[in-house]
Amino acid sequence: MTSTTRLDPLIEYLLRFGDTALVLGQQLGAWTGHAPILEEDLALTNVALDLVGEARAWLSHAGEREGLERDEDALAFSRGDREFHNVLLVERPNGNFADTLGRQFLFDAWHVLALEQLSASSDGRIAALARKVRKEAAYHARRSADWVVRLGDGTETSKARMQAALAALWPYVGELFEGDDVDAEMVARGIGFDPAALREPWSRGVGAVLAEATLVQPSEGWMQRGGKRGLHSEHLGYLLAEMQSVRRSVPGDLW
Amino acid sequence: MVTHPPLALARVWEWLAAVPDPEVPALSVVDLGIVRDVAWSSEDPTAALDVTITPTYTGCPATAVIGRDIVRALHEHGVREVRVHTQVAPPWTTDWLSPAAREKLRAYGIAPPAGMAHGDASAGGLDFLRRADRRPVACPRCGSADTARTSEFGSTPCKALYRCNACAEPFDYFKCH
Repeated sequence: MTSTTRLDPLIEYLLRFGDTALVLGQQLGAWTGHAPILEEDLALTNVALDLVGEARAWLSHAGEREGLERDEDALAFSRGDREFHNVLLVERPNGNFADTLGRQFLFDAWHVLALEQLSASSDGRIAALARKVRKEAAYHARRSADWVVRLGDGTETSKARMQAALAALWPYVGELFEGDDVDAEMVARGIGFDPAALREPWSRGVGAVLAEATLVQPSEGWMQRGGKRGLHSEHLGYLLAEMQSVRRSVPGDLW
Repeated sequence: MVTHPPLALARVWEWLAAVPDPEVPALSVVDLGIVRDVAWSSEDPTAALDVTITPTYTGCPATAVIGRDIVRALHEHGVREVRVHTQVAPPWTTDWLSPAAREKLRAYGIAPPAGMAHGDASAGGLDFLRRADRRPVACPRCGSADTARTSEFGSTPCKALYRCNACAEPFDYFKCH
């Protein structure tokens, strides 16, 4: 199902955060039983659990504010890819361990800064959630930053893989800092923040970690965009098909 | 037995202090700071009991179980109607664990949070990323501070995995959060 009518800006704004957390949580869940060591299996899936918990909170809030009787499950499992508003970075494939941890680090650094901004939201529920989730995001960021350093400043192979991961992911970081009319309205209403304001602290924080990891920061080039507006890469459709298959086979069923 | 206002809420807190956390049964839901508030909905004898809880971690699957355990325990004590509310602000922190609760954890074999979370990564920005967390975590079995982290995450979101270099035992560490 494709939706061309624009949502209320607040609902779309909440879906952007909810969908971003949901898609990344689903991706990390696919590592269950496949991580290089048991401890990392536990860690990846614990991060997935935090992200899915965060997604539930944003989607519930979106559903309640929308008032169309779409709860968190309806929003997660009954929308098509054009109705998802996650940033493109989180739908990049899991790839190898470096691809996953590189993606995680670039995301975590942005996530912490974004939640810090939302902690000052005029919407009390958004502010409360952001303050809570930020503590979890900071813990994730410590871990993913450690892995970027360990792989970057590790063996020749691990360094090459992390460097290649960064190169492949870099075209997707631009969208994190690009504002549009939804962002502008959220800023005007005191609910949200200007994404461009995160670029400098993000670049500084990420740059320091990459330097310690002896990795080269990819140069700025063409940046992909569209996820926030519902225009996605080919990867999201497959991810949603798998995530939504049970619910779509037996709509409304409970167990 | 019928329980209704003006029954002292101190009794209710005592009952709740006997409800174990489903994942860390050495501690009660009160020890963990999960129960934030208890109040009667009115002075009327038919009033409902409002219990406010806060999740430890946003995605912690135990939160729903905790709510059900609380309702069951209070029903057993004769409270007719229990309404469980969830609030996320202020966010849960291990700073709410009392010294007694920390000692219970240690005796159970889980290293309690080292120090207080207050102030951690709260300055803003990303400077906290490369600041190593050097607070020593003591082995809950032999007390040695010569320990090493094996994973940031353990069997539940609130724990990390450590091993003791002195007595060679692996152990759970209740993360400072």
